[in-house]
Amino acid sequence: MTLTPDQIQQVAHLARLDLAPDRVAIYAQQLTNILDMVGQLSGASTEAVLPMAHPLDMHQRLRPDVVTEPNQREAFQAHAPAVQDGLYRVPKVIE
Amino acid sequence: MAQHEWEAVIGLEVHCQLSTKTKIFSGANTAYGAEPNTQADAVTLGLPGVLPVLNGAALEMAIKFGLSVDAQIARRCVFARKHYFYPDLPKGYQISQYELPIVEHGVLDIEVNGATKRIGITRAHMEEDAGKSLHENFVGETGIDLNRAGTPLIEIVSEPDIRSSDEAVAYLKKLHQIVVYLGICDGNMQEGSFRCDANVSVRRKGTEKFGTRTETKNINSFRYVHAAIDFEIERQIEVIEGGGKIIQETRLYNPGTGETRSMRVKEDANDYRYFPDPDLLPVIVTDDEIERIRATLPELPEAKRDRFVAQYGLPVYDAGVLTGEGPLADYYETVVKDSGADPKLCANWIITDLLGGLNKAGHGIQDSVITAPMMAGLMKRMADNTLSGKLAKEVFEAMSDGEGDADAIIDRKGLRQITDDGAILAVIQQVMDANPGQLAQYREGKDKLFGFFVGQVMKASQGKANPDAVNRLLKTALAGE
Repeated sequence: MTLTPDQIQQVAHLARLDLAPDRVAIYAQQLTNILDMVGQLSGASTEAVLPMAHPLDMHQRLRPDVVTEPNQREAFQAHAPAVQDGLYRVPKVIE
Repeated sequence: MAQHEWEAVIGLEVHCQLSTKTKIFSGANTAYGAEPNTQADAVTLGLPGVLPVLNGAALEMAIKFGLSVDAQIARRCVFARKHYFYPDLPKGYQISQYELPIVEHGVLDIEVNGATKRIGITRAHMEEDAGKSLHENFVGETGIDLNRAGTPLIEIVSEPDIRSSDEAVAYLKKLHQIVVYLGICDGNMQEGSFRCDANVSVRRKGTEKFGTRTETKNINSFRYVHAAIDFEIERQIEVIEGGGKIIQETRLYNPGTGETRSMRVKEDANDYRYFPDPDLLPVIVTDDEIERIRATLPELPEAKRDRFVAQYGLPVYDAGVLTGEGPLADYYETVVKDSGADPKLCANWIITDLLGGLNKAGHGIQDSVITAPMMAGLMKRMADNTLSGKLAKEVFEAMSDGEGDADAIIDRKGLRQITDDGAILAVIQQVMDANPGQLAQYREGKDKLFGFFVGQVMKASQGKANPDAVNRLLKTALAGE
């Protein structure tokens, strides 16, 4: 499988990565190599192997519906770039 | 435009906030109306190193819903990440369910114009709500409140079985009634606890193939759903008949103009890159667990209505009104049980007098000054003939004004109905003595004067004489036998 420059640009855009044009070909080659390596698995015989649901053979534990988190707004907002009236300020979101 | 040549195909997606105390993946409070971001904890904010842990109550509520619409409950379901960038979702993805939702293949029967129609429920999956973006008071910026982020939701997706705005509203109302009955959602549409996206397309009648659909987002009242769908159907027919094409897009409904408009989102915006969330393990639900939850299901509206008809001999209409909300049905049953009065009499009083007044004031049964035991007290005094209908109205008014329970009011105001024959006869005698002319005319054959005497006796007794007894005794007395 070979990734095209367009696919690289698209993936970078979806992940909001700012990709310099001269890096596109390099990433295309490197990501193609990774996919090819993982792709070797499709050649393995899996007839006698049970499908694995999750890398951990466990299931989700549940939490009781009890409030455990106190209000720590001041502490959290101390790290935010911009706040006002208790709100996080971000660049304008257009609908 | 020839609307009758066209058929609408509608599917609804309903987001229903679950009434848990805490968020779906953290122990932060979910109560509505708190100061901004005071309920946004480390998990909600998506801070590095945090891990989500599923709220057991949210899972149980989702299962309850599934059972109430005869759906299949997945014995194993999986949470997935749905990626998109929006500041009301700090992690950059929403935790939702994709390939393996908790609920699939349910049904809901609706009634429209007297006919029953079955609407399929494709699936209901669990997910987390996003925060709120506030645009007022900000220039060139947006304020973000993340209190709502992480609130558990179930998204209920219908099959495209709906054919009109009337059917859509009937389906929504039924769904709303069920989730409120189950106690898994407060149903408050204004606060966004229950909101709807409508997928609408049109096709020429008789054709099988679906037309291109549009999705109108976040409609938060039954009336708006009706209006938005009607607008969209008409718009699409106009576009197609005008030679145009429908574009698959997301639209917004504007209640001010009654129109929908395109949101103009980028083409690639819907590439969500779903994959199973590695932070959450598969959720296993056992048969025992499902049976335990099934045993806790309350009687649902339809079953309750049918029981009211059978058990209390009520007309279907009355039973439908009384079972419209769980607390109202409970109120009614308490009144009947505690008073031992005729169930139809109780229904009449509750529907006409009590609900009439509450509706006018914009209140619900929970706000009623007259509690169920108080109403039962009033019905009891009607059943044992202490009160006539007229006196009961007086007592009812006094109870509404907060003057206490029926017996206290009856004693204080001396409203006890006079049923004793001797006492009534004394009043009759007094009235006959005071009106010798009318008495003579009556005895000469002027039967119409009977009503005059009834009125005089009731007046003299201050409305307290039992009307049946007055009629019976007056006939004999006037005849002079």
